[in-house]
Amino acid sequence: MIPAAFDYVAPTTVDDAVRALAEAGEDAKVIAGGQSLLPVLRMRLAAPSMLVDLGKVAELRGVREDGDTLVVGAMTTHYDVQRDPLVREHARLLALATNVVADPQVRHRGTFGGSLAHADPAGDLLAPALALDAELVVAGMDGRRTIPAAEFFADFFTTSMRSGEILCEVRVPKKTGWSAHYEKFNRVAQAWSIVAVAAAVLVDDGTITEARVGLTNMAATPVRATAVESALVGQPATAEAITAAAQHAAEGTSPAADGNADAEFRQHLARVLTSRAVSAAVGA
Amino acid sequence: MTSTIEPEIGRARLRKEDARLIAGRTRWTDNLALPGLLHMAVARSPMAHARITNIDVDAARRMPGVLAVFTGADLAGEQGSLPCAWPITEDMKSPDAPSIAVEEVNFAGEAVAVVVARSAYEAADALEAVDVDYDELPVVLDLEGAVADGADLVHPDLGTNASATWVFDSAEAGTGTDVERAIADAEVLIERTYRQQRLIPAFMEPRSVVVDPTGEQLTMWSATQIPHILRVMLAMTLSVPEHKVRVIAPDVGGGFGGKLQVTPEEILTFLVARRLGKPVKWTETRSESLLSAHHGRDQVQKLTLAARRDGTVTGLKVELLADMGAYLRLVTPGVPILGAFMFNAIYKFPAYRFACTNVFTNKTPTDAYRGAGRPEATYAIERLMDELAAELGVDPIEIRERNWIRHEEFPFDTVAGLTYDSGNYEAATAKAKELFGYDALRAEQRERRERGDTVQLGIGTSTFTEMCGLAPSRVLGALSYAAGGWEHAAVRMLPTGKVEVVTGSSPHGQGHETAWSQIVADQLGVPFEDVEVLHGDTQSSHRGMDTYGSRSLTVGAMAVVRAADKVKAKAAKVAAHMLEAAEDDVEFAGGAFGVRGAGAEAKSVSIQDVALAVFAAHDLPDGVEPSLDSEATFDPENFSFPHGTHLCAAEVDTETGRVTIRSYVAVDDVGKVVNPLIVEGQVHGGLAQGIAQALYEEAVHDESGTLTTGTLADYLVPSAVDLPEFTTDRTETAATSNALGVKGVGEAGTIASTPAVVNAVVDAVRHLGVSDVQMPCTPMRVWQAIRTGRTDAGGLGGEAGGGLGSINPEGGAR
Ligand SMILES: Cc1cc2nc3c(=O)[nH]c(=O)nc-3n(C[C@H](O)[C@H](O)[C@H](O)COP(=O)(O)OP(=O)(O)OC[C@H]3O[C@@H](n4cnc5c(N)ncnc54)[C@H](O)[C@@H]3O)c2cc1C
Repeated sequence: MIPAAFDYVAPTTVDDAVRALAEAGEDAKVIAGGQSLLPVLRMRLAAPSMLVDLGKVAELRGVREDGDTLVVGAMTTHYDVQRDPLVREHARLLALATNVVADPQVRHRGTFGGSLAHADPAGDLLAPALALDAELVVAGMDGRRTIPAAEFFADFFTTSMRSGEILCEVRVPKKTGWSAHYEKFNRVAQAWSIVAVAAAVLVDDGTITEARVGLTNMAATPVRATAVESALVGQPATAEAITAAAQHAAEGTSPAADGNADAEFRQHLARVLTSRAVSAAVGA
Repeated sequence: MTSTIEPEIGRARLRKEDARLIAGRTRWTDNLALPGLLHMAVARSPMAHARITNIDVDAARRMPGVLAVFTGADLAGEQGSLPCAWPITEDMKSPDAPSIAVEEVNFAGEAVAVVVARSAYEAADALEAVDVDYDELPVVLDLEGAVADGADLVHPDLGTNASATWVFDSAEAGTGTDVERAIADAEVLIERTYRQQRLIPAFMEPRSVVVDPTGEQLTMWSATQIPHILRVMLAMTLSVPEHKVRVIAPDVGGGFGGKLQVTPEEILTFLVARRLGKPVKWTETRSESLLSAHHGRDQVQKLTLAARRDGTVTGLKVELLADMGAYLRLVTPGVPILGAFMFNAIYKFPAYRFACTNVFTNKTPTDAYRGAGRPEATYAIERLMDELAAELGVDPIEIRERNWIRHEEFPFDTVAGLTYDSGNYEAATAKAKELFGYDALRAEQRERRERGDTVQLGIGTSTFTEMCGLAPSRVLGALSYAAGGWEHAAVRMLPTGKVEVVTGSSPHGQGHETAWSQIVADQLGVPFEDVEVLHGDTQSSHRGMDTYGSRSLTVGAMAVVRAADKVKAKAAKVAAHMLEAAEDDVEFAGGAFGVRGAGAEAKSVSIQDVALAVFAAHDLPDGVEPSLDSEATFDPENFSFPHGTHLCAAEVDTETGRVTIRSYVAVDDVGKVVNPLIVEGQVHGGLAQGIAQALYEEAVHDESGTLTTGTLADYLVPSAVDLPEFTTDRTETAATSNALGVKGVGEAGTIASTPAVVNAVVDAVRHLGVSDVQMPCTPMRVWQAIRTGRTDAGGLGGEAGGGLGSINPEGGAR
């Protein structure tokens, strides 16, 4: 499979990348790890005139601390996110979800920023970003702005980034000491989620004091299971209490139907997997 | 010299082929580069059934690097009709099968134009510029609908979608009694309808063809399993003189039956190269491969099993609808017929009837896929035996035992008219049960049922046999197949004592170079390393029937043995002369000739000495030709009948429907084993593909006939992590139908495993009211079956899910 011809630039700074995008106009596209974009190009489902490769922009790579916030560069690969000690300590949910993205080859090339910018509702890193109240910093010709995750994912494969903007970094409030689990349901190991549940909870003396639950592939965008979150808070971290709270998981969701699951099965899975995710997180 | 050399047969040698394959020094067809090579790309119909009203190729012709664009109209005069070598009945209906559509397209993926350019990139770009207008025609997809009254027709000129109906009836054949009688008298009837979903062979090396028309002979390199058959068919289909065509199958990366074909693209590359007088290459993309290379399986099986209350089976009636797709390819119509002899399996049915109607639909043609007809049959009977056991409340292994052929009953004439030469089902089953821990697992199953565990345990049995080693030529003749089932080999002794073996088998991953070397090393007493195996080029290997149907060892290697026998016979004459002894007094052992009874210290001549003496030819006995080289063609007298017992323990998560294979034991009896490592590899791969049918793979078309599982993100080929650890073992009952005592192993794992897995799934949830789950047993299907008892609920429907199938055509984020 051979993509249509395109021009290619590989700038080394965000400023140059933004300029290159602006100069190339509407038909230009950013390429990060290429793990989602290349198949589309090779199947000729898209034919951008220019690819702006972010692979050489060093400032977009890596994880650092900024006070109570963890800053993950958009070009940090899944492999690096998985293994990063800061992520493991302060955003365990993100590390766990990244562990089950695709296969090792894809994780070595695919990037955190690319996954979020791609906004595939079946992608595994959107729900964790949403559940962790991440903020996304984007840069364009008009400078930088910060978009909360809840506003970033606009629709199926669509974000609130404007044309010509580049996702630079993801700011994740630290959840140090929280328990977390990402429960993914798919048919073969390297596949995307049919449904998945991202859960992070804070347990104090056997009682759940805070809870964040995000759902993957239960709508055109990732969604927060807010009814579950509020049902959990104040409950004992027991299997019974968690299962009862998890019954709210499908509320307000509008999952798609496809060959792997119809809407009803997805909603059922959301309840079962939420219960399992929270239980696994707290060890109940 | 005494023979102290360890025999090669039975040694777990690493494969000779592997270092090269692993290190990337592989000669795939696509790696070939010839001076001035042009690249062809194929434009394909997105419509499943339509009339072509106009094709505009002007823009494509003007694209950079493009040399030519051809449509069906341009090639109609010379393309002929793709061959079908298996007219199963005299009145079989077979439409003309063009390589490139001329007026009408009959499946989505059919070629409508070809572009030839200086580079593959330019060819791909120009494809986009080919503009085809279609008038849609009604699309025929469903098998039962296709044969209903008033159905829309795939080929209206045939007047029907039914290509042929093939019947075997044991009462008529005199091999058994009347099945209708058995059904009327039955104390227990098990009636079921099973669906064999459509599968895609999904070989890893995409198909590729290079044709060089610039020499005296036209040379075609192709990623094919059948270079010899391909050459004959090119000659017959295109009316080119056979001696002016040379076909080469270089390294071929998997086939599984998927490359047992004379493909439209082979014909098109040939025609285009001949027209342009320049070498041309075509290599398919993965999407093209999944879409247009032939598919497999796809049957609806209506089954009736009659039995007595004591569990004795009394009759089996099989009524099949088999999907041919839009055209009959090389052996399409015969694939379901191969199953006709296998539904009765290892059981002593007194009455049997098989009737199969082959049906046209507007889908990619089907043809051979690993097992070809036999997995479908084995699935049906092994599922039925479990159903009978459940109905009677008897252990599934016990019900089989009551009905199977006992080892002392061989050779056994079956109700389907075959003679099974050997087997020991008792031994394989006993070994499998022990390795599996059958009784302990049954106890655990009971305990978990009683406890109401959300994850239930099921045990599936498959005591399979199959017929392979295709095939005795007279049997193929009786089945109206167009060719014989022999195989050819030659053994050449080089002056330095090294050996070249030429085989008509055409390996594409099986390891023939290793196995043949082991066999010849033993036969001629030469070192394993001294044997070179040549194959896959009609110039060096001029006669052959190629590789499919687990035939290479039982037929192809037997030809090698026969040729080696002739070499030894020729060498014995010369050796006797060199030893100044009578030929009758000379014996051959451990690679050397000596005088019988002369003792270890006596003079002997090695086969290498003889080879050199023959090369010099200074002093040969009168009338002896200066050559030891010999050939042989072997035609088997019978099939080989591998068998075995496979046991699968599967856990079913009743909350999510997910099936997890917990343990899998395969005890296979493939007769004498040449190389245990190769056998192990074949079994592992076979199991993976059989399990894939049970749990993962299905080719799905939407209502307009578009393949929705068109990428490997949607057509779920499992990888190693998705499969369990396999426990494999063997019993060894030598085949009596060939001198090596060997049986085929290439398809056994695939044939055996599918029913073992589905039986386990059903067994896990039978107490919840489930008696069947349609394949593949996806989580949604299993969950629905538990909830509603519906077996097909939540099928893969029209749309593939997730993966690249969910890719945004706009190219992602905006
Ligand atoms: C076989 C396979 C299996 C997979 N399985 C999974 C899975 O199980 N779960 C999962 O979550 N994902 C899966 N993926 C997708 C993978 O995680 C990709 O890495 C990810 O979706 C995209 O990241 P990327 O860096 O490759 O982005 P690219 O493919 O380079 O880009 C994707 C899109 O995002 C845009 N983009 C990328 N970076 C930026 C940026 N910084 N600013 C603005 N726009 C940007 C691009 O223009 C493009 O439109 C799989 C991929 C493959 C090939």
